[in-house]
Amino acid sequence: MDCYVGIDLGSTTTKAVFLDSSERILGRGITNSRSNYTVACQVAREEAEISARFNLLKQRLASVPRLGERADELMAWLSCKFALAQHLKQLKVLQQQCQDVLARTGVKGGEDRAPYEQALVQIFEALVSTSEALFAPNQRSQSDFFRDLATSLYLKEAEKVARASGLSFDRTVGIFDKAILQVENTSFATFFAEYLAFACRETVKVEQFKRFEQDISQAVREVTELKFNVLSEVGTGYGRLTLPFPKEQIRSEILCHGLGAHYMFPKTRTVLDIGGQDTKSIQVDESGIVTSFQMNDRCAAGCGRYLGYIADEMNMGVHQLGPLAAQSKNPVRINSTCTVFAGAELRERLSLGEKREDILAGLHRAIILRAMSILARSGGVFSEFTFTGGVARNEAAVAALKELLKENYGDVPMNISPDSIFTGATGAALFARRDSKKAEA
Amino acid sequence: MSTTTTADVEKEPSMILQKQMIGDHFHELARAKELGKKVVYTFVPGNLNELIWAFDMLPVHPEINALQSGMRKKSGAYIQEAEKAGHSEDVCTYVKCDLGMMKKGNIGPTGERLPAPDLLLLSYTGCFTFMKWFELLQREYGCPVAMLHVPYQGDGEITPAMKQYVVDQLRDSVIPLMEQVSGKKLDLERLKGFLGSSSRAEDDLCAIWDSAKHKPSPIDSYFGGVYYIGPIFSAFRGLPQAEEYYKSLRAEVDARVAAKRGPTTPDGELKDQKFRLVVEGPPNWTSFRDFWKMFYGEGAVVVASTYTKVGGLYDRGFRHDPANPLETMAEYCLGCYTNRNLPTRVDLIEKYIEEFAADGFVVNSIKSCNSFSAGQLLMLRELEKRTGRPGAFIESDLVDPRYFSGANIKNRLDSYFQMIDAKRASSPT
Amino acid sequence: MDLEAIVQRSEALFRDQDLSAVKEWKSRTGGKVIGFMPVYVPRELIHAAGALPVGVMGAGEHAEIIRGDAYFQSYICRIPRSTIELGVSGKLDVLDGFLFPAICDVIRNLSGMWKILFPQKYARYVDLPQDFGAAGRAFYRRELEGMAEDFTRLTGKAVTAEALRRSIKVYNENRRAIARLYDLRSEAPHLVPTWELYLILRAANVLEVTEHTKLVEAYAQAARQSKRPERDYVRVVVSGAFCEQPPLGLIRALESSGCYIVDDDWVLGARYLVEDVIEDGDPFDALIDAYATKTVSTASRYESTALKGKFLVEQVRSRRAEGVVFAAPSFCDPALLERPMLQAVLSEQGIPHTGFKYAENTGQIQSIKEETGTFADSIKLWGTA
Repeated sequence: MDCYVGIDLGSTTTKAVFLDSSERILGRGITNSRSNYTVACQVAREEAEISARFNLLKQRLASVPRLGERADELMAWLSCKFALAQHLKQLKVLQQQCQDVLARTGVKGGEDRAPYEQALVQIFEALVSTSEALFAPNQRSQSDFFRDLATSLYLKEAEKVARASGLSFDRTVGIFDKAILQVENTSFATFFAEYLAFACRETVKVEQFKRFEQDISQAVREVTELKFNVLSEVGTGYGRLTLPFPKEQIRSEILCHGLGAHYMFPKTRTVLDIGGQDTKSIQVDESGIVTSFQMNDRCAAGCGRYLGYIADEMNMGVHQLGPLAAQSKNPVRINSTCTVFAGAELRERLSLGEKREDILAGLHRAIILRAMSILARSGGVFSEFTFTGGVARNEAAVAALKELLKENYGDVPMNISPDSIFTGATGAALFARRDSKKAEA
Repeated sequence: MSTTTTADVEKEPSMILQKQMIGDHFHELARAKELGKKVVYTFVPGNLNELIWAFDMLPVHPEINALQSGMRKKSGAYIQEAEKAGHSEDVCTYVKCDLGMMKKGNIGPTGERLPAPDLLLLSYTGCFTFMKWFELLQREYGCPVAMLHVPYQGDGEITPAMKQYVVDQLRDSVIPLMEQVSGKKLDLERLKGFLGSSSRAEDDLCAIWDSAKHKPSPIDSYFGGVYYIGPIFSAFRGLPQAEEYYKSLRAEVDARVAAKRGPTTPDGELKDQKFRLVVEGPPNWTSFRDFWKMFYGEGAVVVASTYTKVGGLYDRGFRHDPANPLETMAEYCLGCYTNRNLPTRVDLIEKYIEEFAADGFVVNSIKSCNSFSAGQLLMLRELEKRTGRPGAFIESDLVDPRYFSGANIKNRLDSYFQMIDAKRASSPT
Repeated sequence: MDLEAIVQRSEALFRDQDLSAVKEWKSRTGGKVIGFMPVYVPRELIHAAGALPVGVMGAGEHAEIIRGDAYFQSYICRIPRSTIELGVSGKLDVLDGFLFPAICDVIRNLSGMWKILFPQKYARYVDLPQDFGAAGRAFYRRELEGMAEDFTRLTGKAVTAEALRRSIKVYNENRRAIARLYDLRSEAPHLVPTWELYLILRAANVLEVTEHTKLVEAYAQAARQSKRPERDYVRVVVSGAFCEQPPLGLIRALESSGCYIVDDDWVLGARYLVEDVIEDGDPFDALIDAYATKTVSTASRYESTALKGKFLVEQVRSRRAEGVVFAAPSFCDPALLERPMLQAVLSEQGIPHTGFKYAENTGQIQSIKEETGTFADSIKLWGTA
């Protein structure tokens, strides 16, 4: 199957998008960006390919009349069993890596190694045995990165085992930290056929699907055997220069973002993207071509990173900030969006007895104020307005933006896509498609 | 405005000549005391070079020392030295670099020690910080200061009162103090001779700037331009060496025009000129080569720039006039780029964009230099509105290596170039 | 009026970003209003043309800056962005003209930005000479005459010598009243809390001068009679805050950290001339002479090394101050470049000093307070910082 690929190598996550010849999205993949860009890029691409196969599988099953309304349920089962297979495989590799690390480095302080080996076995037994429940249909954990999921599970088990056996918890964790890096840098997508076969086997065991075994096996086989023929590939994002692509296949994230936003919301004229490292305001024309753009100046005040910094200061997770801020009834005015000063101002406010939610609400407004001035620099806001980037998922930031947009530009429709994280990669894939068309012509 | 150069880099013959001139000058400076010569520290914009030579004194330009320190990667340590001594991280890094260099022995770009000044000639033109800078230096050196306050073109023009004010100061305080320090009476005829020489070099320089109207442009008016302004903005204007330099440079440029060749970059000739740009603002010196490469590496050539006009807008018609020495010096000081108000600066850049058929313009906003930077975001908006051509906005500093983020600047410039490309591709023509 | 009412009125004027008092003056008199940025403009000239000079010192700590921020990079101080914010949001519409005196490159360039942004409004850069001899005086005369012509055109009222002499007289009275209030504060700082004095001073920006003089006098009288406890505070001079103003909370915090501020340079334009302007003879000559020879020392005026720091040391001595607190806006080139020179002079003279930076909306008052509190304590304990 002919397709086009866009890769967005961001500072925290790497995204990939597969497009077909009629510019329809086949699949999307996302992974943690890591020290090894090549692997991050490869993993995202493989994830996108997997998602493309799943989408095709879904279409394929939907076209089987006798499945009827069972098709969706069936997909849920296949997906979760697939994820389980992948998870179990990764656990297996992780366990091996942990043992290797232990064998290689030993236990510092001259402690005996054997009890740790035993502890690892115990921990992983527990991890494997709880996996099935985690990957029941429609569980949220399927969408988590392996690293995040494995970390929380491992820590929980390691604590139990360490307490029971009197071993050092820190050392057990130290082994994990080294091993997980290795796992992250390993590609698992080559096992696609194996996972899907496993998923198929497990699913047809389920009572309600038994009688569709023939159809399911047939569809799975077709999708597994399908070959993707990548006609063109374009890379973008923060780390695009490190992508293993020739220069012509690299595009600025500004252009990709503009085109991607236009694809998602064709009436878009102004795009605001607040990501981890920078804030971008982009104006596009009716065909998605960027006509002007502005980014935050050298001072990174008001970017996503600022929220991370605030979260650290408050000892919270970044994703908890928005919901807490949304509870504020009386936001305080925060003056400093400077990451350097924000901590000091925050501590000062707290020491004055201000409520955390009120301070946070003020901080969110302060960030959006910065974004407003960058929007103003780029020429203002024109309808329709599309908001993208990690901060677009933060409800308090969105609320503050809505309010300030209305105050300054009146009623402008605001688009936020749940898939906004793929905006850049989508734009890149579209450029890949256009480049390829140009080459033909 | 000029640089010491490293091996393995392509150079124009005029660059080699300039290097020789600079070397000789710093060597003479190092021997100033034994030669019995008096030394004048002064600033580049609105400098009174002809007057200094008329008194047979030797000029030193602290800004040039600072930028040389930047290019030689010494500025970071100098700036930290000044900050250790109590200077704020917020203020101009030229000043801090200069103070730090002094504290570290005042070793100039050629490795020889610079002499202490006998006079600080404070031509206070187009930059408020100059005044504080020499107040600081006076504390250090204890020598006299000749203050020449050059009024600002607040309404975008030079009024007779402004000119008279500068002439009055020259006549009543600057020249008498220079006579006192040098021990010589002003020889007006000699001064006129230098002024005449200046105007001849200025003619050649204008022809060089004008050559960028050709396609391909034979020069880069910013990155190459900072070399071209070296002699005329610094110690050599008024001297035969400068005349010679500009004659030979002009011949070089004419030859490139005839051969339809582009300018020389450190990586050789810039052949495929995809983007013609106008640049506003000084360059960064600590990563000058990398910065330049971000342009020529993408096929961008700068066809006009404002930074190369900080020492005079000869291209808008000004020439030193030996017939009216004091008046012409006054007019020169008053006409420098940063002494012009914002509306006039916008007009000038607009004309550059049109006259040089530029695809767009780039603003390099310099943290140290409020004189340039305050208001640049408005200039950007005005220029985009008036010309319909896109502007890019990047940020760096003169000589503070902590303030140069290469990846960040490259990201913006690449996006900018690609945007122009995408616009071209999508436009019907 | 009692003390509280005076202070309340001044605070209301201070907080009123809509310039209601100015609008009220305008509708009452039908006169024109001319704004000015810090530090110094010859307000007498505006007054003599029948117009009201109005000081604009940014938007203070409470304003949210959106559009103003779009015009300035992060490394530029706050006052120009908040001033633009006021301008583009219509809060300065009451001004018929705006003067931008020579302070620094930022305010200088702001004059040109104003011309671009508000082409229909009169805006003028006031180039105050840095040569204080004959050349500078002749130039300054042309500046004054030029402004007088402009104001005449704006108001339709000629600036006559007679009118200008009258204006000089009322401004002399105003400066004397302020000087007396400063003397009172120095004699009995517990009776004149600095934040109150600051508010009284800020009222000079928006009130007609004779009305302001009355306010100053009424406040001084009420303050003198007030019963306020004297505290064991250290006497300090504050230096460097001549343009962008610190937030009121910061001024209060400085005092409550244990410092009696016995002299300062905020709202400096109102105290720029330290002696009377000559009231007879040629009034232009009188203003020129005052500008050239009878002023404070401040970073935006050229000063040779021989004089550097003398004014500040004299201030410390005459006010019997025990130390100096340098307070400068972030990114303020003049104040921050001046500071090391002044610090060196103070150190030579054995005068303790400390310093910090602020912005008009600074949010970290506690940490500054801690710093100045420690400074005050160390002077109390050891007589040095």
